[in-house]
Amino acid sequence: MTKTSDRYLPLIGVAGLILFWYIGYWVRIVDPVLLPPPHAAAKALWEGMAGGKLYADFAVTTLRTFAAIGIAAVIAIPLGIVLGANERLYRSVEFIIDFFRSTPASAMFPLFLVIFGVGDRTKIFVAAFGAALVILFNVSYGVMNARKTRILAAKIMGASNWRIMKDVVLMESLPQTFVGLRNGISLALVIVVVAEMFIGSVNGIGNRVFTAQQMFEMPDMYAAIFAAGALGYGLNIVFLMIEKSFVHWSGK
Amino acid sequence: MTMTAPLDTAAAGTIRLGPGPDDRPPAHITVRGLHKQFNGTVIYENFDLDIPRGKFVSVFGPNGCGKSTLINLISGLIPIDSGDVRFDGKTLAQTRIGYVFQNYREALFPWMTAFENIVYALLLRKVPKAEAEEKVHKLVAHLGVKIDLSLFPYMMSGGQQQLVSIMRALVIEPEVLFLDEPFSALDYEMTLFMREQLQRIFEETGTTMVLVSHDLEEAVYLADYVLLLTRRPGRIASYPRVDIPRPRNDATLANKDFVLLKADCLEIFQREVRRG
Ligand SMILES: Nc1ncnc2c1ncn2[C@@H]1O[C@H](COP(=O)(O)OP(=O)(O)OP(=O)(O)O)[C@@H](O)[C@H]1O
Ligand SMILES: [Mg+2]
Repeated sequence: MTKTSDRYLPLIGVAGLILFWYIGYWVRIVDPVLLPPPHAAAKALWEGMAGGKLYADFAVTTLRTFAAIGIAAVIAIPLGIVLGANERLYRSVEFIIDFFRSTPASAMFPLFLVIFGVGDRTKIFVAAFGAALVILFNVSYGVMNARKTRILAAKIMGASNWRIMKDVVLMESLPQTFVGLRNGISLALVIVVVAEMFIGSVNGIGNRVFTAQQMFEMPDMYAAIFAAGALGYGLNIVFLMIEKSFVHWSGK
Repeated sequence: MTMTAPLDTAAAGTIRLGPGPDDRPPAHITVRGLHKQFNGTVIYENFDLDIPRGKFVSVFGPNGCGKSTLINLISGLIPIDSGDVRFDGKTLAQTRIGYVFQNYREALFPWMTAFENIVYALLLRKVPKAEAEEKVHKLVAHLGVKIDLSLFPYMMSGGQQQLVSIMRALVIEPEVLFLDEPFSALDYEMTLFMREQLQRIFEETGTTMVLVSHDLEEAVYLADYVLLLTRRPGRIASYPRVDIPRPRNDATLANKDFVLLKADCLEIFQREVRRG
């Protein structure tokens, strides 16, 4: 087995899935109205994304997700650094963070609806809320777990507490911060898509999936699902790439 | 450990005259009345020690006796409970010291290149950047280091990383350099090579060096004085002079004085281990 051929291994899974889908379609496992053939879904995806309505929804969802992660990062990263640097402070709010981190963010919709009304803000804020807790947790731990030896090394070279914080602890926490951002954006996407399905939405991928299903436009529904999947997968890859160039030393 | 152990000084077989080596070289570091305990375990109790100026001192002793703790206390990495540590009469804050950690992987900054790591030590001392870089180039030339310093530490071998650590500690021209088992994470070939590097650096800079080692041969080979510690609470078991000319080399290992001194040290060490 050569390395180049290994690169194409993931295609086998994709081909397998498409094959099973066709078989399911041919032997009529379910009503063909519910399970259109892959090429119908692919056509809907292509047409939808190439200037169709799906593309507009895709763009709206992407924007909302980025807005959410942006707000979350701006709040959670500085807060996480402060909490992580004061371990006693972190311990005193740890339970609250863990509790709300474990609370399904979707359970917060009604509350946010009451506060912010139906509209973009609610969707973005709930997603930001969920993502912020994940980022906060990771940044705090990144700061708290900064290698003791590196801090001592800086200290013995005469670094002030401020320089140790800025030059060492912050850098040390970056890999974990990126883990938080990556997990945060995945979560934000989930929350945004769910929010688009249910609370008085008129656009977004979630809304598209939901409406297509209501109208029995199954190829459109599958197309929207794949668009959502591509968005999630793509965001993860983009963040991994940023991470790789930004914290090149991570895991080394 | 029995109740009488701390009082049992004579049982160690050496009644020491002073806190320094018996030939009384001028002291650089003086430690007086040092106390340190960890959660009720006494590591040092009323401990006195002199470290001679411009000499190489190797610290050797039973596992867990407090070798690392000693140099960490002197270098201020961990706080002392009570006592006094002076460098030529100055306090730690008035003294430039260097410290080389055993775990080079966690001591260098992986977000900086090797060169930037070394420069950083100078920037912390408020040396302007251009001047700092110039100084690093000079040090590299002076030591004859032939590694690519534009690499990040994780791209280098263990020995190269430790060499960078040593250079980072040396570049500020420290008055004292502490090294805590600096080569114990390296393979044998690299260890031998690094010993020679360190010996050369010592000869060229004349910096007072304090090395903690768990390898008696290495401790004696590099040292002007071997500081042998007792079990906890730590006292000086012996502080012999290594009167063997430098530079030392493979022939030193077969030198009669070397072999005898090493055997002496081993005997004292084993007596300390058995006492526990
Ligand atoms: N931060 C700490 N908290 C509690 N106990 C400690 C701490 N640091 C060291 N000790 C204890 O103090 C004793 C001396 O430790 P130290 O690391 O100085 O020994 P050492 O002589 O360097 O040992 P080794 O040969 O293992 O390197 C040990 O029993 C150790 O368990
Ligand atoms: Mg030790």
